[in-house]
Amino acid sequence: MSALRRPIPRYAHGSRVPPGWDEAADLTKEPSPVPDPATTEVPATLREEIEGHMALYPDSRSATLPALEAAQRVHGWCSPEAIEQVACVMRLTPAYLVSVASFYDMLETSPVGKHSVYVCTNISCSLRGADELYGAVRTAAGDDPEFNVRAFECLGACDIAPMASVDGAYVGPLSIEDVPRLLDDVRAGREVLPEKQLARRPCADAEASA
Amino acid sequence: MKLLFDRIDEPGLNTLPVYEARGGYESLRKALAMPPEAVLNELEASGLRGRGGAGFAMGKKVSFLPKGAMDKYLVCNADESEPGTFKDRELMQKSPHMLIEGLIIASYAAGANRSFIYIRGEYVLQADMLDAALHEAREQGYVGENILASGHSLSLVVHRGAGAYICGEETGLLDSLEGKRGNPRLKPPFPANQGLYQGPTLINNVETLATVPTIMRMGGDQYAKLGVETSTGTKLVSVSGHVQRPGNYEIELGIPSREIIYGLAGGPPEGREVKCWFPGGSSSPVLTADELDVPYDFNSLAEVRSMLGSGAIIVVDDSTPILDVALKVAKFYRHESCGKCTPCREGTNWTVKMLERIDSGEATPMDLEIMASVQEHIMGNCLCVLGDAMAMPISSMIVKFREEFEAHMQAAQARARADLGVADAALTAADALSAEGAAAHA
Ligand SMILES: Cc1cc2nc3c(=O)[nH]c(=O)nc-3n(C[C@H](O)[C@H](O)[C@H](O)COP(=O)(O)O)c2cc1C
Ligand code: SF4
Ligand code: FES
Repeated sequence: MSALRRPIPRYAHGSRVPPGWDEAADLTKEPSPVPDPATTEVPATLREEIEGHMALYPDSRSATLPALEAAQRVHGWCSPEAIEQVACVMRLTPAYLVSVASFYDMLETSPVGKHSVYVCTNISCSLRGADELYGAVRTAAGDDPEFNVRAFECLGACDIAPMASVDGAYVGPLSIEDVPRLLDDVRAGREVLPEKQLARRPCADAEASA
Repeated sequence: MKLLFDRIDEPGLNTLPVYEARGGYESLRKALAMPPEAVLNELEASGLRGRGGAGFAMGKKVSFLPKGAMDKYLVCNADESEPGTFKDRELMQKSPHMLIEGLIIASYAAGANRSFIYIRGEYVLQADMLDAALHEAREQGYVGENILASGHSLSLVVHRGAGAYICGEETGLLDSLEGKRGNPRLKPPFPANQGLYQGPTLINNVETLATVPTIMRMGGDQYAKLGVETSTGTKLVSVSGHVQRPGNYEIELGIPSREIIYGLAGGPPEGREVKCWFPGGSSSPVLTADELDVPYDFNSLAEVRSMLGSGAIIVVDDSTPILDVALKVAKFYRHESCGKCTPCREGTNWTVKMLERIDSGEATPMDLEIMASVQEHIMGNCLCVLGDAMAMPISSMIVKFREEFEAHMQAAQARARADLGVADAALTAADALSAEGAAAHA
């Protein structure tokens, strides 16, 4: 349809602003305090890991990112429960941790699929077909709840463009034909596209490897 | 000449025995046998300029740290998120000890006793490699108390980020490392005076620090003979986009850019021409095919009003509309703006909207002027240079490809009109508006 005739997208309540924006926070509600260790249950291994990170820094608050990452690994996302547990161990308020978690792309503030597929759609990858690749991955993953398919900014691997980070492992250059196998490998718990793993790629500079 | 990438794919180079077998950690021994001031002198003599983006003289930065006994910090910037840049990744993955050795020597020169490598969270493999190498280095007594009986002590922690470009900006990085949102800080005070935990802090890029062992081995004066006078040494260049052999190449600074793009990376695919290229990541103003012979070094690129930046060349060939390039770039900065300053937060957002309007046929001719003026109002008006990092390339595209933008706009308008079934002679609402706008602007 012509852009000129395109209707302005509106939410169901008729506004272009998402619902809820005009609902005031409950001002009568007490802010969540630092959780009480006596009543907050934290899995022992998670507690140990967070405390291990805290011990590495002159100021234990520096462990916030590693701690949130650890909690996310346990809970699948930075759920209220995950936040509560980190807050309890680190002696911080949940609100503080939510404010930090919402800043970073790798920390999930809503539930997501277990397997992350970050498809880079930044400039170098898009010059080599990343947008089509991303579309193909989304379509192929469909509504499989196991997958968390996201378009990501430059992942620092433009030499294998277009590429993706699959559960943290970089693979590329990817073609649309690779997509079904990529997802199958993840589902089967295999190494993803072994021949396309960045980990095994030699340096492009021929003289450097001579 | 390969210094950083010398036999980089040698099996096991990431482990201590192989690294030591080729003379690894000899530079550390040499440095620790000298007084810290002498090490600093070598760094200054080398002329080494920072490889992270700003190109600031490394030795000078070390010398800015206050002298005397106090808690001083060294932070290695391994956030590497500038689009097009992937050199630190290969270095850390394949030769992590080179970075660790350089970092220890730099900490000795700076008098820092605590150090951190802030690595982007997406680099899982590379962080694991660093952790493994650090473990070996600690076992061997290169990291820890009283290193090699020199009296110098150093702790080192590999800290993983969680995905945010702005954490590559040095003060955003410090806040992030302190466990906060990665918002940049007002400067001054500069990190050399008040950085991590309010203490004096030296921040350097991975490649900068990894070059230090080479400088100690060769001697600063010898290193300074490589490259050109104002840009000494070798540089890792990440080449990507429309080239036949994308990848990292180590070059001597000052060689013609054409040699990198065509000679090393193979140039654009058969039958295609270079349309434009970013010489230093997506934040650098674009250059055209006419500028391919510019020597690849800091000052020469500054002379053509661009920059070497992080050393990332992104090549765009003539199959891609300039509007697509501008839109990708602008969207990236919109997404990564931390939101603290209005010109950056709003300017990136409006630039994206205006570009989208051009693409959909909704733009009026004056939109290009407005877009150019938005860029001007961003530059120099923000806390950090993320805003400028969008404004510089977008401005350069508007200047160098104005005709293409205009043609794109007109074609999109014609398409939109045709979709509406409006006869050419009839004025649509948008036409009327744009005619008015043009008149008002004239
Ligand atoms: C938005 C922004 C992002 C940056 N990202 C990085 C980065 O990812 N890696 C890096 O080394 N420097 C980055 N820098 C540059 C750093 O602020 C800093 O100048 C650099 O780490 C200093 O190290 P050097 O002197 O060794 O180059 C960035 C700067 C800005 C403004
Ligand atoms: S320029 Fe942008 S990214 Fe930098 S501090 Fe301001 S709003 Fe944040
Ligand atoms: S643009 Fe995709 S990894 Fe850099």
